[in-house]
Amino acid sequence: MIINHPLLGPRDSAEFVYLGDAELIDRPDPETASPEDWYEYGYLRDNPAGLHRELWWHEGGDRSWLVVTRNTMTHEITSVEIARDVARKMGRSS
Amino acid sequence: MHDLQPITALGAAEPRVDTVGTLSCHEVTTLALASVAARLGQEAACGKKLRAFLGTDAPGPAKAVLSQLYSAVWMGPEQWMIGGDDAAGELLADIVKSKLGTTASVTEQSDAWCCFDLSGQGIVPVMELLCNINIRAMQSGDAQRTSIHHLGCFVVCGDPGGFVRILGPRASAGSLHHAIVTAMKSAL
Repeated sequence: MIINHPLLGPRDSAEFVYLGDAELIDRPDPETASPEDWYEYGYLRDNPAGLHRELWWHEGGDRSWLVVTRNTMTHEITSVEIARDVARKMGRSS
Repeated sequence: MHDLQPITALGAAEPRVDTVGTLSCHEVTTLALASVAARLGQEAACGKKLRAFLGTDAPGPAKAVLSQLYSAVWMGPEQWMIGGDDAAGELLADIVKSKLGTTASVTEQSDAWCCFDLSGQGIVPVMELLCNINIRAMQSGDAQRTSIHHLGCFVVCGDPGGFVRILGPRASAGSLHHAIVTAMKSAL
């Protein structure tokens, strides 16, 4: 499987470490979150047969976190974004 | 007073040199390093100051600035590794910090890395055994971070046919050196 890194171009997936659902970026605000919010954030995941947005870490490369959109049925990757840019678009960081 | 003898990353008094055929692997002990990370919101100001410091634009993704008083390797978005020679020595981080001020965080890195220079004929087959970067496509001034022998290393291409610099974790200098020399013996 090849992941097309937005900055470095096509790289072998062996260079990457998989973390899981990209929803992890959207951590609840510790000031306002309820126990249910933390439960949901910590334990509940969708398990789609199809497109899935997930976090990959380029450990054997530039150490960037990426949001990879992968089809779980075909392994086809349709989009790769720098996780920092995704987080900023969601209004996180600045 | 202590009377301490400096040793190289491989633990000897003198830098190690290994030659297989016409390809040589030189342990480099004269390189000072400091990392630069632009602070949030200061990216443009940091880039401007780096430009003044390096005499040219800071390198972009997968690039390096070579052949200047100070060299620079791109590490990640708004992050660089600055290299200097013996003259800068232990003071390199202080020198860089004094130039960049509050636009960037600067960390001394000299003691964290070891450095091996490959020079001569046969670099391409050796690098192809060592790591999965596309060494054949690399031009002078290209730099990639990759895994060699399960170690996160930088590979900086000085001359695609004749000179490559490898920076690796100093604590694993022996393992990295073993991997390089084994690949040289296998490929050449």
